[in-house]
Amino acid sequence: MVQPQTLYEKIWDAHVVERRDDGTCLIYIDRHLVHEVTSPQAFEGLRASGRRVRRPELTLAVPDHNLPTTPRTGPDGRLLPIADPESAQQLEALRRNTAEFGVDYIDATAPEQGIVHVVGPELGFTLPGTTLVCGDSHTSAHGALGALAFGIGTSEVEHVLATQTLLLKRSQTMEIRVDGTLGFGVSAKDVILAIIGRIGAAGGTGYVVEYTGGVIRGLSAEGRLTVANMSIEGGARAGLIAPDDTTFAYLKGRPMAPQGAAWDKAVDWWRTLPSDPGAAYDRSVTLHATDIAPSLTWGTSPEDVVPITGAVPDPDSFADPAKRVAARKSLDYMGLAPGMRMQDVPVQHVFIGSCTNSRIEDLRAAAAVAGGRRVADGVRAMVVPGSGLVKRQAEAEGLDRVFTAAGFEWREPGCSMCLAMNPDKVPPGERCASTSNRNFVGRQGPGARTHLVSPAMAAAAAVTGRLADVRDLMARDTMGAGA
Amino acid sequence: MTPVTTVSGSAYPWGAKNIDTDVIIPAHWLKTISRAGLGRGAFETVRAQPGNIFDDPRYAGAPILIAGDNFGCGSSREHAAWALADMGIRAVIAPSFSDIFSGNAFKNGIVPVVLPQEAVDRLLEAAQDAPVTVDLETMTVTTAYQDRFPFQLDPFRRQCLMEGLDEVGLTLARDTAISKFEGAMHERRPWIEERRGYADVAVEGAGRT
Ligand code: SF4
Repeated sequence: MVQPQTLYEKIWDAHVVERRDDGTCLIYIDRHLVHEVTSPQAFEGLRASGRRVRRPELTLAVPDHNLPTTPRTGPDGRLLPIADPESAQQLEALRRNTAEFGVDYIDATAPEQGIVHVVGPELGFTLPGTTLVCGDSHTSAHGALGALAFGIGTSEVEHVLATQTLLLKRSQTMEIRVDGTLGFGVSAKDVILAIIGRIGAAGGTGYVVEYTGGVIRGLSAEGRLTVANMSIEGGARAGLIAPDDTTFAYLKGRPMAPQGAAWDKAVDWWRTLPSDPGAAYDRSVTLHATDIAPSLTWGTSPEDVVPITGAVPDPDSFADPAKRVAARKSLDYMGLAPGMRMQDVPVQHVFIGSCTNSRIEDLRAAAAVAGGRRVADGVRAMVVPGSGLVKRQAEAEGLDRVFTAAGFEWREPGCSMCLAMNPDKVPPGERCASTSNRNFVGRQGPGARTHLVSPAMAAAAAVTGRLADVRDLMARDTMGAGA
Repeated sequence: MTPVTTVSGSAYPWGAKNIDTDVIIPAHWLKTISRAGLGRGAFETVRAQPGNIFDDPRYAGAPILIAGDNFGCGSSREHAAWALADMGIRAVIAPSFSDIFSGNAFKNGIVPVVLPQEAVDRLLEAAQDAPVTVDLETMTVTTAYQDRFPFQLDPFRRQCLMEGLDEVGLTLARDTAISKFEGAMHERRPWIEERRGYADVAVEGAGRT
């Protein structure tokens, strides 16, 4: 009998070029996404050693981190000059490098431009059973479609460009099972926040996670992208979700996905990928949907999670002495005191965007809360769609008008306030409810205070001016509709 | 890459846990298109605080950093390794590292040394006034106080560090095996290579031959 295998093991085995005596494997890379920030030194390395890109057609480049989210093109449709000379230089380097090495490149002015992790799935560049890498830690997102996807450093970017392979050691496997059905007002973001709250920010280090269970199966492809996106915040380099009919329905007809007979052949193979019954994981963790409420972070690590109905924890309540010290520092930075109710904390900024939560369903969820309401006084709220295609779709559905009528800013696609590399920043000491994935010190600007939330919770914070339980607003909506 | 066999000298006895790459090198330094000069931005936010360890004259120019659990977590930016290398760090000792950071460290000639927390605690104490030595030959960390902690390293990575090998060059030498794999893939998973046929999106790739 054949040994039952996990999804991870099946993808791994299908990509081993060579296995060395010490167990390190040369792994073939099917898909490579490139953006402007982590690639210039890789192309520079190729140039310096006179090397070429082995399989340029397996690589796709798109700028996202550095682009301003203000209107990009002038009346003639050409890219407006970028004010920051260093950003401009980096964006220009990507354009030049991709042209020189023959790599497909989506220009800043193209409607398909967007955040790499939004663009890959939406164009069907990301496929189940592929190995996919990018010089960006949130590459784990693509695991939502059943791709073994992980972030790499720039030297590895160079290695992939030159050889279309990486030298890797097999990871341990961890199953994270979420059973049950999500409650009212609970979203994919709350699921992944609850998971990280449980396993800790380093809980997944050394593992490739596979998310299983009824809650995961019940999520849309976009919800799954949100979950897998934050695998790295739990320390796991990659997070996988077995491909199923939801995955295939999402991918079918996307411009870069296979078509016709190739599609059928691909689906046949994809159906063999889910973990076999009885396949063993090195570690298993189970959560129940009933324990997951709309959640948010209180501190400066993504593991600092509480339900919105909760309060700021007392640092002394942590068993681990190092965590006590860290929590004290976090609270000091965040300007919070133990015991404060999360719902009493006022915010000055709201950011709806990033590769975690900037797809069309995210914008719909936020618009459903924002519709007919007004952004509270003293709050600056912005919506940054994940790609040009998301933006167009939202505009076709009238979501942009819902947001602007409520007083939100409607911006051009890019990473924006997720990492504050472009001009979108939270000023020192000010507080932001953000749908992004990192609440690290200074992530959204020096001194900025970040609370990670779902899109609906972000919209709730915008209209109430404080961290709010979206269920209260939704309940009122439902009652309003019934009356 | 310059070969590394031993790293010896003073060590920053820092011990901080969960140091993410945003702390090692803040995002605004990522706009560079070169690997050099990032040492100026290393630990910028830490250095903004008076009395910080990196500006303590006792450890000026130390080639070793002693940190806490989960060093290098967060963003995959290799700029973190470039920044450390540029400020002269050749080895980091910690109870654990993020996977991505430790890979990046190796590729830039920085030895990520994993030691148990007790050993790290002892080194934090010893490094206050004594030099520390990381020896790849004997695979030990030693101090002038007779401390001696053995550590493990992946044998291949150890060899790359000690011989200063270029990984891309090593893999390019496996070209025949890669081409053979591609041949088999063409049969089994043809759709992987076929995506260009559907590229009706706005892509350009002028230099492709
Ligand atoms: S949106 Fe944020 S997390 Fe995602 S790729 Fe951009 S900077 Fe990274």
